[in-house]
Amino acid sequence: MKIHEYQGKELLKKFGVAVPRGVFCQSADDAVKAAESLGGKVWVVKAQIHAGGRGKGGGVKVAKSLDEVRQYAGQILGMQLVTHQTGPAGQKVRRLLIEEGADIRKEYYVAALTDRTTQKVVMMASSEGGMDIEKVAHDTPEKILKVFIDPVDGMSDAQATELATGIGVPAESVASAVAALHGLYQCYMETDASLAEINPLILEGNGNIKAIDAKFNFDSNALYRQPEIVAFRDLDEEDPDELEASRFDLSYISLDGNIGCLVNGAGLAMATMDTIKLFGAEPANFLDVGGGATTEKVTEAFQIMLRNPKVKGILVNIFGGIMRCDTIATGVVAAARVTHLSVPLVVRMKGTNEDIGKKILSDSGLPIITADSMAEAATKIVAAVS
Amino acid sequence: MSILINKDTKIITQGITGKTGQFHTEKCQEYANGRNCFVAGVNPKKAGESIFGIPIYGSVKEAAAQTGATVSVIYVPPPGAAAAIWEAVEADLDLVVCITEGIPVRDMLMVRNKMLRKEAAGGKKTLLLGPNCPGLITPDEVKIGIMPGHIHRKGRIGVVSRSGTLTYEAVGQLTEIGLGQSSAVGTGGDPINGLKHIDIMRLFNDDPDTDAVIMIGEIGGPDEADAAVWCKANMTKPIVGFIAGVTAPAGKRMGHAGALISGGADTADAKLAIMEECGFTITRDPSEMGKLIKAMI
Repeated sequence: MKIHEYQGKELLKKFGVAVPRGVFCQSADDAVKAAESLGGKVWVVKAQIHAGGRGKGGGVKVAKSLDEVRQYAGQILGMQLVTHQTGPAGQKVRRLLIEEGADIRKEYYVAALTDRTTQKVVMMASSEGGMDIEKVAHDTPEKILKVFIDPVDGMSDAQATELATGIGVPAESVASAVAALHGLYQCYMETDASLAEINPLILEGNGNIKAIDAKFNFDSNALYRQPEIVAFRDLDEEDPDELEASRFDLSYISLDGNIGCLVNGAGLAMATMDTIKLFGAEPANFLDVGGGATTEKVTEAFQIMLRNPKVKGILVNIFGGIMRCDTIATGVVAAARVTHLSVPLVVRMKGTNEDIGKKILSDSGLPIITADSMAEAATKIVAAVS
Repeated sequence: MSILINKDTKIITQGITGKTGQFHTEKCQEYANGRNCFVAGVNPKKAGESIFGIPIYGSVKEAAAQTGATVSVIYVPPPGAAAAIWEAVEADLDLVVCITEGIPVRDMLMVRNKMLRKEAAGGKKTLLLGPNCPGLITPDEVKIGIMPGHIHRKGRIGVVSRSGTLTYEAVGQLTEIGLGQSSAVGTGGDPINGLKHIDIMRLFNDDPDTDAVIMIGEIGGPDEADAAVWCKANMTKPIVGFIAGVTAPAGKRMGHAGALISGGADTADAKLAIMEECGFTITRDPSEMGKLIKAMI
């Protein structure tokens, strides 16, 4: 689960990382009031969406007067902000952060994440702050420093100091950079984050260290014990179909093709998508109905797939284990009736009670095409839609 | 022979009194065909009771001491699952199979690092399979986990995968064309887990009763590439490889917590390329896995 920058900064502040003073607002009037209350002569107007690259897309502006604050806030609010992470349609801006200006002497990059290979927490830091870190990692990997932390011990002062001095923080500011790194690490661990990134972390003219941006992602397995993080959830930033699917405990992701697919198990679902592509079409979605599919769940899955106007056919691929093929077949027949299915439907079933499932499909009188293998199923659905 | 488990394995179920633990323990006991493989359950609140004749003990340590069990399987719900793993490790079991899906990553990080410390300090090494895995099976001997037993046949092909139903798909294809399996192992879909592809490939390579292996992977993480590099230098048996997720978009978690493309090296295409370089017979058509193995042996 992702959150907004202003929410991430609230978290960082709570863990002792200095951030600029700022106010969250949702109208140009409030933006001006926020700037007045912050005081000073320079303000930053920042679009709040769950995607990076906002500056390049025109979603971050420096205002040198209250009039400019009003003008930029008006321009940014409501715009479709397109960045390299939003896709071509962009994301509508509904929220703003108005911040005091910062006196930037140097920009750094710091982040915490979990390394699968070593099974440690890795703290990364770079002198090349403010840049696209993937580009830095590709072009000049030596400029990214990493320390690996055994979470049973936590991060030591020596590890934090190694990073701070390694990226060139001046001696008089090392102590405050170390404090910021400790705060980031604590915040990462205690909030069950899967990524916590500050880019840039800045050195100010007066030698202070401050977080100018905050990007977080959280482990969805741990949300049950993180009510404060769940409260940050912004449903406007999420795909409405994916959201609807999650209410029914379906794992759904929209894609760009025209073959809807409904599968049990994440690995088999991906393999089914790949097979559709291999036989000449593109999948319209990833959809894992999970282990306990009921008629209600299958019907909901059909409705979500069919809401996508690009869907020209549906492929159901089930490997029955504990979940029996007859249960799924009953669900598929009911779903096809409830949704008045008008696009071709290919069903491939294997495993437990396969024969009973196939009989339920053929007895239904519905024009359901059956297949024995995944390849045959893909061939048939591709032929049916073209 | 087989890998990790066989007909003589004695197993403890942690979480035997929950609905899932009960259901699957009964199915697994049935699969053992009259042999008493599932010898104990654990629940501190129900110690002294029994469930389908299987005695319940207050702790894993006690259950192991009383029954001689060396393996445990965990169906404990996510909030307590990492603690259940640690309890089994502290009881010095040989193997812990964690079926539970949805364990917080931080809990897995903590328990994995505690396990590494115990080994480093000279303590007994306990192997962990999973979490978020279907378990493992040695056909006609013993099944530990949630896979449908009836699709398997005893034989000489090894199967390893992170995914449950995709493992069943491979097993189903093999059985259909008359090839049985030595063992089939699901390593699980989580980013922080125990045994990986490389560990299972090592075991299959050393198993005299495995002739060839189907290795199935998916997007995300370095496991398949690590295994491929090891196989190139060491594996003496033919391997068919498939990676799911060629069509998966970057940055999206595809159902499994670990199935997320985050760099460039963990895409399906990159993994297939390295597997091919390392001498695997790779396929982009998952319907072909069984046929390809048959052509090689």
